[in-house]
Amino acid sequence: MEAFANLLDRLVLTPQRNGKLTLLADYFATTPDPDRGYALAALTGTLDIHLVKPALIRQLVLEQMDPELFRYSYDYVGDLAETVSLVWQAPPGEKPEPPRLSAVVEELNGLSRSNIRTHLRALLDRLDASGRYAFLKLAMGNLRIGVSARLAKQTLAQMSGIDITEIETLWHGLAPPYVDLFAWLEGRAAKPMLATPAIFHSVMLAHPVGDEDLKKMDPADYLAEWKWDGIRVQLSASGDRKKLYSRSGDDISETFPDVLEAVDFEGVIDGELLIGGTARTNSPTQTFSDLQQRLNRKTVTPAHLRDYPAFIRAYDLLFEGEKDVRGEGLELRRARLGDLIERAAHDRFDLSPTVGFDSWESLEKLRLDPPDPVIEGVMIKRRESAYQAGRVKGEWFKWKRDPYLIDAVMMYAQRGHGKRSSYYSDFTFGVWTGPPGEEVLVPVGKAYFGFTDEELEVLDKFVRNNTTDRFGPVRAVRAEAEKGFVLEVAFEGIALSNRHKSGVAMRFPRIARLRLDKPPIEADRLETLMGLVGER
Amino acid sequence: MDAEQLLSPRPEGLYCRPGGFYIDPVRPVERALITHGHSDHARPGHGAVLATRRTLDIMALRYGADFCGSEQAAAFGETININGVTVSFHPAGHVLGSAQIAVEMDGTRIVVSGDYKRSPDPTAEAFEPIACDVFITEATFGLPVFRHPDPDKEMGKLIASLKLFPERTHMIGAYALGKAQRVIALLRRKGYDAPIYIHGSLDKLCRYYQSEGIDLGDLRPATVEKSERADYRGAVVIGPPSSFSDRWARRFAEPLIGFASGWMMVRQRVRQRGVELPLIISDHCDWDELTATIREIGPQEVWVTHGREEALVRWCSLNGIAAKPLHLVGYEDEGD
Repeated sequence: MEAFANLLDRLVLTPQRNGKLTLLADYFATTPDPDRGYALAALTGTLDIHLVKPALIRQLVLEQMDPELFRYSYDYVGDLAETVSLVWQAPPGEKPEPPRLSAVVEELNGLSRSNIRTHLRALLDRLDASGRYAFLKLAMGNLRIGVSARLAKQTLAQMSGIDITEIETLWHGLAPPYVDLFAWLEGRAAKPMLATPAIFHSVMLAHPVGDEDLKKMDPADYLAEWKWDGIRVQLSASGDRKKLYSRSGDDISETFPDVLEAVDFEGVIDGELLIGGTARTNSPTQTFSDLQQRLNRKTVTPAHLRDYPAFIRAYDLLFEGEKDVRGEGLELRRARLGDLIERAAHDRFDLSPTVGFDSWESLEKLRLDPPDPVIEGVMIKRRESAYQAGRVKGEWFKWKRDPYLIDAVMMYAQRGHGKRSSYYSDFTFGVWTGPPGEEVLVPVGKAYFGFTDEELEVLDKFVRNNTTDRFGPVRAVRAEAEKGFVLEVAFEGIALSNRHKSGVAMRFPRIARLRLDKPPIEADRLETLMGLVGER
Repeated sequence: MDAEQLLSPRPEGLYCRPGGFYIDPVRPVERALITHGHSDHARPGHGAVLATRRTLDIMALRYGADFCGSEQAAAFGETININGVTVSFHPAGHVLGSAQIAVEMDGTRIVVSGDYKRSPDPTAEAFEPIACDVFITEATFGLPVFRHPDPDKEMGKLIASLKLFPERTHMIGAYALGKAQRVIALLRRKGYDAPIYIHGSLDKLCRYYQSEGIDLGDLRPATVEKSERADYRGAVVIGPPSSFSDRWARRFAEPLIGFASGWMMVRQRVRQRGVELPLIISDHCDWDELTATIREIGPQEVWVTHGREEALVRWCSLNGIAAKPLHLVGYEDEGD
């Protein structure tokens, strides 16, 4: 527990991604099983633990402390877990060995209403202040330490030299304390065999297209399809196990039971999750704001299912049944996908149509005048491209409809004026710069409109809950590789400027969309913006 | 004699009317008794100053030889009569030369602790409990949340970090008088014998400590102009916390900012300061030391000053000890 507590203490204070990687790697390398596996579960949100109510913790501490002294302490510290961890008085005498993390987890999970107080007291007595803090955060279920599941997996990849996509592929098939995973990563055992292939596979991403790119490309080598304005998903089905994952590998199956119930095939498909009817049922595709009615809901009401039916517009096929087809060319995969979708439920699946074109100019005309308002541009994909994880150069491109759109990360927020004076409504956003692994954000602009009132509530709440610093009326917010708020910013033009730190200035920037689905590291880079300068 | 007649707070500081002197006055006065060299307690411009030899030396180093009209050194334990009031100085364990001041008249004795601590410190004379009627205690860390861990264990964190991040300059913020030298001495005790680089503002005080026989090992100036950034990879640089926001600090190799202070106990404080490596090392008493000291001395009355008076007063009343807050102004809450 001590090692885990030290790790948490340092992780929360280490802003750099590489620093976090080093700390995590050191912990995993020096901590035995099964403790490190439970720690990995705690960090990645897969730890199933019996939660303890804050009121109970408060009762326990007040049994041994004057309420007034506790109030002074709590007022000063401002966090219940931290206050209790600091003021807790263990009985005098020889201190017993602090328990291991695995023992703490197992003890917590064995608690019943009748013995919970005794066990909690004993655990608090045996730990030191830092250990108590980690324990209380864990037990009260609010371990927020700025480490994403992906960063933890990246650490494992870096430590072992095994590609992260292999780890991500296995991930959803494994369970804490991940003893077999560590054995494999350390070369002591074979790769764990999964009972099911219904797991997440890292998705293939596209580069934004620039004019320079197109000049070098022969249109005949590429096919185009519409870029639909929904969320990118991966549907994975094997036997009875059916899962829907977001592009970052979060399991969103529970939110979309209507889609999953309709699955009567086996395989893994890549597509866009949309609201409305499929092309095959001749009903229109609804907008992204309709989709937002369905996102991030734990319980789905019949009214939601009726008013906002979800479906998948399929882009690609990764597995056909059990067969991995990712190595095949795109056209072959699409042919297989076409057959599969043809047989699938007509109201829940359709195939993303290709767009015929003979030159980049003709494609641009189509792009500027798409046949459906829910289209946000075109995708250009090399016909022979294999399905590879990540943003592979020269294979897939996204060519969005005007205006310019970039994904930026919120860095600072300022309170508005008048009606908005109680809201953080003016946002400074930035994009990444610097070599991979050492990216830093550089501010590129400021926007204070483009969002709806409902979206403003979401933005304001994020600012208040994620403030890292205050400068008068301005708050700095959490903006790290894996934790932060991605804003899709629309703007009309961009020019070089020596008045801005980033070297570019945007014209008419506004917030086009809240990208709650995107980790900040996937926001755009400064080079992308530089590439847009003078394009028009 | 009534204790309130002997010592009472005034805007200038704690005043002894029968003796005609102030203790740690915050404004220039005719006659001042100084507990220790920290700048909120020891200010320049007084007429006559009575303090320990080391405190006088430190004041001269900081303010120049003419920091006061006349100076008189008090040896620990020596009794000195000022206008019929007997005063004596006793070690406080806070920083080198720091003292508690006992003030006595007509059988009433008040001990002004100044700032003090009980945990061992190789760079300061150890605290001595003095029996008294009224004990005036500081309360910088006078809340039950402050329980300072073993400083040796805290230093272990720095050593571990140096191993984990050998490419980064570990820049440790520490107040120039006392904390900086203590951190260096603690590091040396952990067997760290590489050169330690110090900010220019620490130079005179570190040399003074060394001249007083406190071994700080190989100290070098942290001047980047004369050396390459790469020279500081994995090195320990110690400077006053404010210096880390100067341009000076930008030139080191991937600086990792640490801060040695009792305030590092509370995470929110750590985050506010942008500290990556908090080292909970304090030159003040923590809650347990404050309450244990009051129990040990067993005064009839406790007066509580600078810090979180209300919690310590509450503790005293829960334990049947008469206590009141002494509202003195001008002492920095933050200096640790």
